[in-house]
Amino acid sequence: MDKYRCTVCSYIYDPKIGDPDNGVKPGTPFENLPADWVCPECGVGKDMFEKVSEV
Amino acid sequence: MPAIQIYKDIYWVGAIDWNVRSFHGHTYSTKRGTTYNAYLIMDEKIALVDTVYGPFSDEMIERIKEIVDPQKIDYIIANHVETDHSGALPAIKKIAKNAKIICSAKCKDGLSRHYYGNWDYQIVKTGDTLKLGKKTLSFLEAPMIHWPDSMFTYLVEDQILMPNDAFGQHYATSKRFDDEVNQFELMDEAAKYYANILIPLGSLILKKIQEVQKMNIPIKMIAPSHGIIWRKDPAKIINAYIDWASNKTKPKAVVVFETMWGATEKMARKITEGVTDAGIEVKLFDLNQTDRTEIIKEMLDAKGYLIGCSTHDNDMLPNMGGFLTFLKGLKPKNRIAAAFGSYGWAGGAVKGIEEAIKESGVELAQPSISARYVPDENELKNCYEFGKEFAKKIK
Repeated sequence: MDKYRCTVCSYIYDPKIGDPDNGVKPGTPFENLPADWVCPECGVGKDMFEKVSEV
Repeated sequence: MPAIQIYKDIYWVGAIDWNVRSFHGHTYSTKRGTTYNAYLIMDEKIALVDTVYGPFSDEMIERIKEIVDPQKIDYIIANHVETDHSGALPAIKKIAKNAKIICSAKCKDGLSRHYYGNWDYQIVKTGDTLKLGKKTLSFLEAPMIHWPDSMFTYLVEDQILMPNDAFGQHYATSKRFDDEVNQFELMDEAAKYYANILIPLGSLILKKIQEVQKMNIPIKMIAPSHGIIWRKDPAKIINAYIDWASNKTKPKAVVVFETMWGATEKMARKITEGVTDAGIEVKLFDLNQTDRTEIIKEMLDAKGYLIGCSTHDNDMLPNMGGFLTFLKGLKPKNRIAAAFGSYGWAGGAVKGIEEAIKESGVELAQPSISARYVPDENELKNCYEFGKEFAKKIK
């Protein structure tokens, strides 16, 4: 499962952690986030995220 | 007013906008005006940190001329795209033809989309430094504090932080430093600025402050891009930001209402009495009589919000609609709220308010209260109890 970075505020969505504050369980891949999910830090939509290339 | 030396070889060359009363279009009312702070650093290389709003370009250039021929500027540090800080770039670039613009990648993108100038840029990232001679500038990207392009500049030897909009205040004064101004006015404007602009970015702000604290860099002075410079007590504003960003509140309620013929106002007054008698501090605002910027500032340290509106066309009134749209953007955390309002036949305002409260992430602490047409004695008593009940939840 890939991590995704918000291109606006640099928040990293880590699927292992999910986004429990907003009802996203740990283990949820980015692709499976609901379409109306927004960045928990700055509020922009999924389309503003890019895949983080693992080093 | 001349350029002012704020530290050895560092000059304030900004502008004071005494009479601006509306900022960001009409999103922020600047009752005390504002300043646009630009700083000129004199060394072997000459750097200008940020500029001013476009209409004040000549004023800035005149101030620079008192110190040095502006043609000699080597670098212009653009900490932020927004036009109140970059607006004088076209004017100064016409004179300082060889000056290189130092900024974040996103700032370059933003400036290109504002001015379409064929300018020489140097992109910097967190940790990059620029040696001017005796003085060194170090850069720290600060995305979404408060735009994606935002950056802080730190003067390493002088221990001065130039964080652009962070720690600023819309406060026009002939004085330049924190120890020279009325402390109430200063903190009132700092709080208003935080509340109306930065509330949604609290967790990013906390992380950035922690990042700076971990870097262990001493900060002798904070020179923001609006308002006064924190030289006597920079910790005062940093600690205030930590409290605000941690969503610390006090036992305080804010009642905000919009009314057509006074029935919702009657309810608001009774609710306010109930909160008062329960021993909780409360402030009551008629949305159409008070500046929204002021109300939002009062909501910054309040735990509870009581929002009321009459029903019109099966929904809330338009000014309350606008107010709640603003609240939805702010998304204040760790707050509670409840709705109330009068209606004639079918209602709808209270439902609309509750939906907006939920969307703003604020917890609905108790069911709403409504009255048909004008509340009777019994309904007013219920409003009083409604206020008392709500007050218990914010104790």
